[in-house]
Amino acid sequence: MNDVSTTPAVETIAAPRVNEWKRFLRVFFQRKLVIVGVAVILIWVLTAIFAPLIAPYDPNLQNLKENLQPPSSEHWVGTDNMGRDVFSRLVYGTRTALYVGFGTVIVSAIIGMILGLLAGYLGGVVNAIIMRIMDALMGFPMLILALLLAAVLGGGLQNVIIALSIATIPGYTRLMCAETLSVRENEYIMAQRAIGSKSFRTMVRHVLPNAFQPLLVLITTMIGNVILAEAGLSFIGIGIQPPGAAWGSMASAGIRDLGTLPWLCFAPSLAIAVVVFAFNMVGDGLRDALDPKLRGTL
Amino acid sequence: MTTYIIRRVLWGVVVLFIVSLIVFFSLRLIPGDPVQIWAGQQMGSGGSLSEEMLDQLRAKHGLDKPVPIQYLNWVKGIFQGDLGESIRYKDDVGTILKQRLPVTLVLGLVATVLSTVLGIFFGLVAAIRRGKWIDTLVTILSYVGLCIPVFLAAFILMYIFALKLRWLPFIGFELPWNNFGKSLRQGIMPIICLAVTPLAVTARQMRSSVLEVNNMDYVRTAWSKGLRERVVVTRHVLKNSLIPVITLLGISIGIIFGGSVIVEQVFNIPGMGRMLVDAIFQRDYVIIQGGTLVIAFMIVLVNLIVDISYGWFDPRIRYE
Repeated sequence: MNDVSTTPAVETIAAPRVNEWKRFLRVFFQRKLVIVGVAVILIWVLTAIFAPLIAPYDPNLQNLKENLQPPSSEHWVGTDNMGRDVFSRLVYGTRTALYVGFGTVIVSAIIGMILGLLAGYLGGVVNAIIMRIMDALMGFPMLILALLLAAVLGGGLQNVIIALSIATIPGYTRLMCAETLSVRENEYIMAQRAIGSKSFRTMVRHVLPNAFQPLLVLITTMIGNVILAEAGLSFIGIGIQPPGAAWGSMASAGIRDLGTLPWLCFAPSLAIAVVVFAFNMVGDGLRDALDPKLRGTL
Repeated sequence: MTTYIIRRVLWGVVVLFIVSLIVFFSLRLIPGDPVQIWAGQQMGSGGSLSEEMLDQLRAKHGLDKPVPIQYLNWVKGIFQGDLGESIRYKDDVGTILKQRLPVTLVLGLVATVLSTVLGIFFGLVAAIRRGKWIDTLVTILSYVGLCIPVFLAAFILMYIFALKLRWLPFIGFELPWNNFGKSLRQGIMPIICLAVTPLAVTARQMRSSVLEVNNMDYVRTAWSKGLRERVVVTRHVLKNSLIPVITLLGISIGIIFGGSVIVEQVFNIPGMGRMLVDAIFQRDYVIIQGGTLVIAFMIVLVNLIVDISYGWFDPRIRYE
């Protein structure tokens, strides 16, 4: 910013300043469940990082002589049908969920945002084409689209991330497109254009801060949804391929022993539910704390 | 209104057209054509096929033509009610769908009705008794419903009702018009599993929608006129808060179709979901194409009906 004189002028008009960051934290941590959510996510991420230190055994170490053991002091959650330590597999499963959750969200958010910006900025035919394709992608249930794409690409961590990314792009595109359209109508964009500023760059600079808050909420809840979808894919057998430790495939492998060794099914399923729950909680907390209606309030 | 409907129907057709493009051409990205894949599977099971026989098969299924022509032929077939023939089952996809679709539709429809009605009810009750125990309960349960994987719900139900109490059959599903009693007993668990997530979504939306309507001037007016609670709630609050909830119907149907893939796998139910998964494992393109298109068609249709029915629920909405 070269023009220094405008900044103080704005300051004098503005209402008494409320520390936005403090207000955000206060509202965000108001609900106890949000604190629980943040704690769960922290524990989950730390477990994923330090998995080799936490897991007592190699998650893929088979010991058929000791298969299908009930929980004991040696095997906290027992062993599975191949004699692998279930607790260690649960611990390594955090990594799969982490990779898929964050990987997918990063890829799909970036592509979705670019497409949305282009659609909103260029308008007309480009907008129509991009948004119709998004409508078509949304015409599929997420899991079925991911299934189709995973069938095309094949299983495995990387392909699951690609498939889920494509399936979740429309949400970001719609959001960005709507934000861009509303920003484009503003006079300051026209003014910028009039003084010869490269207008696409101006758009990006103005749209991003406006879209930041809804995007943050969307991304948070999306991580949960993506983990849920990956669990579904792995459950069916199309996602993470064996012997990779994924909670979804662990749950489906345990189904034969549901009557006698129920924890083989319940432990990984509950792990998924807890992580998804945490992201939903934090997403809701963010939504409340970032609510523009609350801005400036104490 | 008529122009709106026509335009909306045209959008639906465009969306379906793009869906068909995505489905058809993405499947063509898999290396090897369907005949080759099928032949490979036959080889694996001990059979042997000459190159000529494969070419004959290709010609029979139109796979010797360029891909765009194949697409046009496929679309032409769809308009004549012909979804193609599965190379594997040597059976019409239409015929296979006729067996599979009713199963998924029966379960899905009951789950949709159940989740929508209960979701509206619980959301309404929670909002009216805001801050009371029932509100807390509904809120917590809907959070739980949103985060549990479909198969966890299935495990819980199976463990309790099929394995421990032995009240309900473990797997399978018979259509209600073949054996109603059996169908009902077999259907209970899958339907609940399918309904959990949409129920949670609906209840949450309904609750916040009612809370919003409760703040409206006309609701205060209704109260100050001295109307009884029942009248205010049913005539003023319920009707107005239903509109955003109706929009969810399309989303609910999507969740239910997605869930049916897993539920049918767990409960060993011969429906669309199982069919798709089997087809994907066997690389049976024709079935994948047909199945996904039918699902997309139904979702587009529901969204169309929802959009058009808006005006009926909310006369304030004007169609341009």
